[in-house]
Amino acid sequence: MHAVLMLALAAVAFAQTGQKAAAPEIHALPVQGNIYMLVGDGGNITMQVGKEGVLLVDTGVAEMGDQLLEAIRKITDKPIRYVINTHVHADHTGGNEKIAKAGITITGGNVAGNISDASVGSAVLAYQTVLDRMSAKPTGNQPAIPFGALPTDTYITMEKSMFFNGEGIQILHQPAAHTDGDSFVFFRRSDVVATGDIFVPSSYPIIDLERGGSLQGIINGLNRLIELTIPAEKQEGGTYVIPGHGRLCDQADVVEYRDMATIIRDRVQDMIKKGMTLEQVKAAKPTRDFDPEYGATTGFWTTDKFVEAAYRSLSPKK
Amino acid sequence: MSFSKIMLLVLLVSAPAFAQLDPSGEWAPRFHEDQPERIPGPDIGDYLGLPINDAARMRGDIWDASLLTLPEHQCKPHPADYGPRGPANLRIWKEVDRESQRLIAYHTHISWQAPERTIWMDGRPHPPEYAAHTWQGFSTGKWEGDVLTVYTTHLKIGWIRRNGIPRSDKATLTEHWVRHDDYLTLVSIVTDPAYLTEPFIRTTDWVLDPRQEIAPYPCEPVTEVVRPAGVVPHHLPGTNTFLGEFPAKYHVPAQAARGGAETMYPEYQQKLAKAAQ
Repeated sequence: MHAVLMLALAAVAFAQTGQKAAAPEIHALPVQGNIYMLVGDGGNITMQVGKEGVLLVDTGVAEMGDQLLEAIRKITDKPIRYVINTHVHADHTGGNEKIAKAGITITGGNVAGNISDASVGSAVLAYQTVLDRMSAKPTGNQPAIPFGALPTDTYITMEKSMFFNGEGIQILHQPAAHTDGDSFVFFRRSDVVATGDIFVPSSYPIIDLERGGSLQGIINGLNRLIELTIPAEKQEGGTYVIPGHGRLCDQADVVEYRDMATIIRDRVQDMIKKGMTLEQVKAAKPTRDFDPEYGATTGFWTTDKFVEAAYRSLSPKK
Repeated sequence: MSFSKIMLLVLLVSAPAFAQLDPSGEWAPRFHEDQPERIPGPDIGDYLGLPINDAARMRGDIWDASLLTLPEHQCKPHPADYGPRGPANLRIWKEVDRESQRLIAYHTHISWQAPERTIWMDGRPHPPEYAAHTWQGFSTGKWEGDVLTVYTTHLKIGWIRRNGIPRSDKATLTEHWVRHDDYLTLVSIVTDPAYLTEPFIRTTDWVLDPRQEIAPYPCEPVTEVVRPAGVVPHHLPGTNTFLGEFPAKYHVPAQAARGGAETMYPEYQQKLAKAAQ
């Protein structure tokens, strides 16, 4: 899984589209209630299924679009009505175009009667900055993201809610965390939260400073996640948590991860207060006791990059 | 095929797996020399006899027991590898298929925090890596002679010793359950590529106690300490002043208290004695 994560993150780092992904298979893990976790290349995908249709949280990498559709069709023949993007990165939005095109938006009344293409494609929801970044003029040699992959509906408040397939769904914005456009998606009846990359239990917190992320924002997000989730008994089960990458989790897993992120923040902050430079902080190895669990020396998100991002994120802004 | 051959085949196919020495029953723990560690709990900074690496040692050094006052930490049960080490009144019972009388699983229940565990005996595979990890993990068992050997994966992050020495979620657990009449011995082997340099082996004993009754163990988190949201108690590296208390109290050489694989073996005492000369 770690290798898959690194591959996906490498794609994120260097391109919004155009990843060359392997492992052409998506596995479906029933979670509870109406929810499945779909695991393949790229980020985890959360699928809610019911009599009104299919709702997806994230769409994985572009190259896995066909496999994703196939995985969905193995479970249901209901139409894909909604996609919700947890954030902008291509390992979570790459399949938007293909999935949206295969779906049908719920329309009615004058809209359905007068606008012939109103129901074509599923609706794609995200925080406003996701659309801003995806529709921005590409830099360097990166191709523009196709219009069909862009969110069709956005929100700018701290929360957007909807009711679909018999349950309330809260889309909760978490400011300046992994990026500046992160959302949790909380399925209240099924009791499952999809977190996007604010929570990736197989690596250190991934902070995209360029896109407005911060370590404190991630810790705030993890604490909010602990508030949202309720263990069933003896700190296990109850609310399930589908992370951006990695295995299915519950509150106890989030607590372990929050503890680690907080302890490292406190150490780096203490070093900054003492006037240590980035090089001195790196040399002091503030993560060395957690490295066997979360660290990496190769791949996209190395321990070194995490420490650097943490240092820059926590340093007073000049 | 004749009727007798068909019957023979049916018998062969449906014959229950023989439990050579069925461990089912109520078992009362025996603590012996481990009592100070298992019941009152280990001292801060006591890593003696643990095959840990530097990262695990540092996790122990920065651990603050106040962590356990956080509501989200209060009701954690011991994981499968540590459960037998606590106040471990144990019940074991078996689950059989009604039609074939084949053994499907053994189940265990332990008194402290009441964790229940299933050891699958029907040959099912372990789940994929992306499945949830649990406190008790996913266990499968098989008979090796009279010994029930159990292999466990999918454990949540846990602890090797209750003073901050961690056990990662990459760890696996191999157990050998050995019954001799009214005595039950568990040989437990934890392998952890993250925090152990060698497998960590412990034995734990019980005596059959048919009159044993295990009380319920409800747990509800409360606010034990009022503190600002988001605080996680811990010591910054190099600031834990309690670490010296254990070697001073027991007159143990400070370097021995730091643990490591070497401190598991008898030769280490000779090495210390030689160094002291």
